[in-house]
Amino acid sequence: MVQVMEVPRVDRQAAALIDHTTGIQADQVHAWFDRLHALRGISMSIAERKITAIIGPSGCGKSTFLRCLNRMHELVPGARVSGKVVMDGQDIYTPGVDPVQVRRRVGMVFQKPNPFPTMSIYENVAAGLTLAGEGDRRRRDEVVEQSLRAAALWDEVKDRLHKPGTSLSGGQQQRLCIARALAVSPEVLLMDEPASALDPASTLRIEELARELAKDITIVIVTHNMQQAARVSDFTGFFLDGQLIEFGATNDIFTRPQDRRTEDYITGRFG
Amino acid sequence: MDRRYRFRRGKDRGMAFLTFLCTIAVLIPLFLVLGFLVRTGASALNWDFFTRIPGAAGEPGGGMANAIAGTLLLIGLAGLFGIPVGVLGGTFLAEYPNTRLSQLTRFTADVMNGIPSIVMGLFAYVLIVLPMRHFSALSGGVALGVMLIPTVMRTTEEIIRLVPQSVREAALALGIPTWKTTVRVVIPTAAAGIVTGIMVGLARIAGETAPLLFTAFGNRFWNWNILKPVAALPLQIFAYAISPFDDWHRQAWAGALVLVTIVLIVNVAARVAAGRQVKLR
Repeated sequence: MVQVMEVPRVDRQAAALIDHTTGIQADQVHAWFDRLHALRGISMSIAERKITAIIGPSGCGKSTFLRCLNRMHELVPGARVSGKVVMDGQDIYTPGVDPVQVRRRVGMVFQKPNPFPTMSIYENVAAGLTLAGEGDRRRRDEVVEQSLRAAALWDEVKDRLHKPGTSLSGGQQQRLCIARALAVSPEVLLMDEPASALDPASTLRIEELARELAKDITIVIVTHNMQQAARVSDFTGFFLDGQLIEFGATNDIFTRPQDRRTEDYITGRFG
Repeated sequence: MDRRYRFRRGKDRGMAFLTFLCTIAVLIPLFLVLGFLVRTGASALNWDFFTRIPGAAGEPGGGMANAIAGTLLLIGLAGLFGIPVGVLGGTFLAEYPNTRLSQLTRFTADVMNGIPSIVMGLFAYVLIVLPMRHFSALSGGVALGVMLIPTVMRTTEEIIRLVPQSVREAALALGIPTWKTTVRVVIPTAAAGIVTGIMVGLARIAGETAPLLFTAFGNRFWNWNILKPVAALPLQIFAYAISPFDDWHRQAWAGALVLVTIVLIVNVAARVAAGRQVKLR
């Protein structure tokens, strides 16, 4: 992985401009569900090892955009994508690129915690490895512990690794899902409203966790909670009706929005 | 109290009572059958019944050991043919619900479910007995196996469809290929429900008589060769029930009791398996 230049945090807008080692570049991404034109030409650069938040009212296409970044959108029957999504200089929609390989590099955490119901805590975290044929038991044990530690869950579950994943609380389940995603060492982690089903305390833990993880990996987080976006992210994009209305350093978006619609949304006039 | 309110309350209670009566009406025949079976069948049940093969015609004594074994053999064969086709077919129907092929298959399975069982026997007769020129356990197993397919296939489909999309997406988002997601994540999640479907299907075919009449045919002796005719409880019950001997009549009742007990055990096992199903809702 390219070593990114350490950018002073005070000058985020400048950082957005000079940071040319961006993690993902979306170029004119359109997406459809059958006839419904859900994304209408999204172009944005997602910075490496930063947290990019996507905000907007329900149905604006923010989750759809997220699912275009790891080729999950196309799994919905009748769904279609056009445009480019470039990672490491390669467009992941180039014919011949295996979506399975893309998804190994771009992990995802969903709105509702979704641990595998038949698997234990250990098996859940190890699932990405075991199902990819990683047979070495010792290596698996190591990865499971590392991932659970990285997801700030290890201390809570280390004595009951073989209990069902579904026996955990909602917040713990979500961190379990994060650990599961981390276990295959992705370069990017997509989080689709990861805290919307959780209580405030669990929400805070997830946010702290995201900040911690962003030291190593690129994070894109969809949220309809503006405070969350303001608290957690470095950059924010505002989506409306399938379009990217405004994109910039989070500080600027929330204090000096350039677009009237962004201002209306963040001040709570609609959405 | 308001008269109209009292009238409505009366109607409500009347209907509740009617539904209660109907529930009882369902239970009465079941318990009558079971009670009658136990009363008449239990008297002929003894060690010999489970360990001996039938005696000579008209002579008292002997048992149905070979028929019990034969029924288990036939169920085993039926499962061998029916379960893989049913489970894999049901998986296909659930994972690819809207293809031409799956619509046709679903329709065919529903029609097959309604085909009289004797026709399934004829089918196996034409397919296996005629070319081989003799009756066999194999042909009986195929007839029952074909009858098993639609039940297993449709329950498998239903239960796999209940597996939430979020579980599939969790696996796919980890970079697990679709086929592995189905085999290692989706099917295990639905496993207990699938097993329940299989057992209910097996219980249903265990008592089938018509499809065995000209396939397994029946046999008064031990036989473990699947290419030879084999005894089966329903066939034996039928043969003994229409015989002129009192002892055989009693044994027919005992056979019926054993058959019903086997079906009951399988059904209870299915319930237990269903209780282990991971909650899908």
